[in-house]
Amino acid sequence: MRVTILGAGVAGLTAATELVARGVDVEIVERGAAPGAQSCSWYAGGMLAPECEADMAEPIVVELGREALAWWQKYVPDIVQCGSIVVSTGRDRNELKRFGARTKCHQWLKQKELAALEPDLGERFAEALFFKDEAHMDPRAALLALTQHLCEQGVKFHYGATLDNVTSGGKIIDARGLAARDCLPQLRGVRGEMLVVKCDDVQLSRPVRLAHPRFPVYIVPRGEGLYMIGATQIESERGGGVSAKSMVDLINAAYAVHPAFGEAEIVETGAQLRPAFPDNLPRVNWVNDRLHINGLFRHGYLLSPACARMAADILCRSNQPAEFMDEDHNQWATA
Amino acid sequence: MVSFYGTEITSRLLLGTALYPSPQVLADAVKASETQIVTVSLRREGGPEGAGQSFWQLIKGLGVKVLPNTAGCHTVKEAVTTANMAREVFETNWIKLELIAQNDSLCPDVVALVEAARILSDEGFNVFPYCTEDLSVAERLLRAGCEVLMPWGAPIGTGLGLNNLYGLEAMCAHFDDVPLIIDAGIGVPSHAARAMEMGFDAVLLNTAVAKAGDPVVMAQAFAKALEAGRMGYEAEPMLPNQMAAPSTPVLGKAVF
Repeated sequence: MRVTILGAGVAGLTAATELVARGVDVEIVERGAAPGAQSCSWYAGGMLAPECEADMAEPIVVELGREALAWWQKYVPDIVQCGSIVVSTGRDRNELKRFGARTKCHQWLKQKELAALEPDLGERFAEALFFKDEAHMDPRAALLALTQHLCEQGVKFHYGATLDNVTSGGKIIDARGLAARDCLPQLRGVRGEMLVVKCDDVQLSRPVRLAHPRFPVYIVPRGEGLYMIGATQIESERGGGVSAKSMVDLINAAYAVHPAFGEAEIVETGAQLRPAFPDNLPRVNWVNDRLHINGLFRHGYLLSPACARMAADILCRSNQPAEFMDEDHNQWATA
Repeated sequence: MVSFYGTEITSRLLLGTALYPSPQVLADAVKASETQIVTVSLRREGGPEGAGQSFWQLIKGLGVKVLPNTAGCHTVKEAVTTANMAREVFETNWIKLELIAQNDSLCPDVVALVEAARILSDEGFNVFPYCTEDLSVAERLLRAGCEVLMPWGAPIGTGLGLNNLYGLEAMCAHFDDVPLIIDAGIGVPSHAARAMEMGFDAVLLNTAVAKAGDPVVMAQAFAKALEAGRMGYEAEPMLPNQMAAPSTPVLGKAVF
């Protein structure tokens, strides 16, 4: 079987990897000139934190997200599994309680226990939630690792190309994210903005989330004093760079986690539009003669392994339905 | 039945559209609560090119009346610009006017509010002003052209309920012929029922539903609380007494 995949973001690359593992002949068509900033997955946090996502997401996100860590460990080195931490300021303690009530597989840490894990937080927070099984990785390194693995497996990448440039005749997987709205009119863009800062005065070993009524923010350590701070979630499809207000919100939240972030050097800012369906859940399904993987919203790295598995099952076995396929796409119109 | 600027509605629940887990949950909550008016922020989700179009289309698709708001505006100019944009996007003269004085408490800037209300009323808007329970400010808002008042129960997003019962009761007594909507601060259905029993005409809330564990069920709970509270108000509640009064006569019974 021959399959052409449109899009070399996290959805396309995971699907390609899964299909190659099953012996399928794959080629990839990507509009960008190289792996990178045209994909919203380039700006992701890279947290593999299915339990934390239960705070806001549907149970199926948690359930399918639990597959992600083992999948990524097969293909990407340097995945850190040392848990994640959630804190709040004293004023917002109820936000932390709410977070704890909505999620599972965590333990409450007292100040001393927190200090043992993250000394820089121990002096600032009286309590925290600890999700010990969760993991994180550098999402860009992960995309590059998949790309390299696929190249080694003989997968051909057509960069700067569209389907018109490639005559394959094989089956088509469409993983173009928001660009696929020409086929999927229900897709919308949800703007996400992030910063990367360098701060040698704070040592964090694992992702830290700040439970906050207005700006829930996470900080993911990238090593060597680099931290990714993200991410806004705005119902806007505005392109362009991070807004001043979002930057202030992100930095304020980081400052609340540790004041030394106020002295950090801003290394990078980024903004992208996450593709989402009205229920913020992904879809793996046929529309006309393309198998679409889309709508991964803020769960690209968490849910793409499950989506890739479903897509591969649909193509390799006899059209087995995906867990997301029964959703009624027209439900919104009649709501 | 209550009427805002000539539009009669039967549901006394107005819902905000922010903070839901997904637009689908929002749609389900709106449907389950049978609310007829939702409010939507243009400033945060908007931007100069109307970049919130996709989300706004979803809101329009809900099939209920949209009350656009100026949440996040700090100056008269910002609020007036946002209101004009809202009129274009949602093709309505309705505007929930929010002018924030202080970022931590999100309390209204009542001075700027009166000025913006006058400008917008003169431009043909139907202004729903988010105000405090201050009677003199409320008077000025009416003189500026407002025909509805929206005092806070408590600061936005706090869920503290009705913070100043005396002040809110005074408002009901003072403006008994003006539609009054409690806007902000509601946490649980009993807060909403209490507002209805006091004589408020409607309640607008967002976080209490959107951040509930099950927003759809909570939306229904609020709808029922509002209905109960309103029925209680219309049925003319008994007044409290200092002395216990038995509901069954004790005369002639054996007393030990």
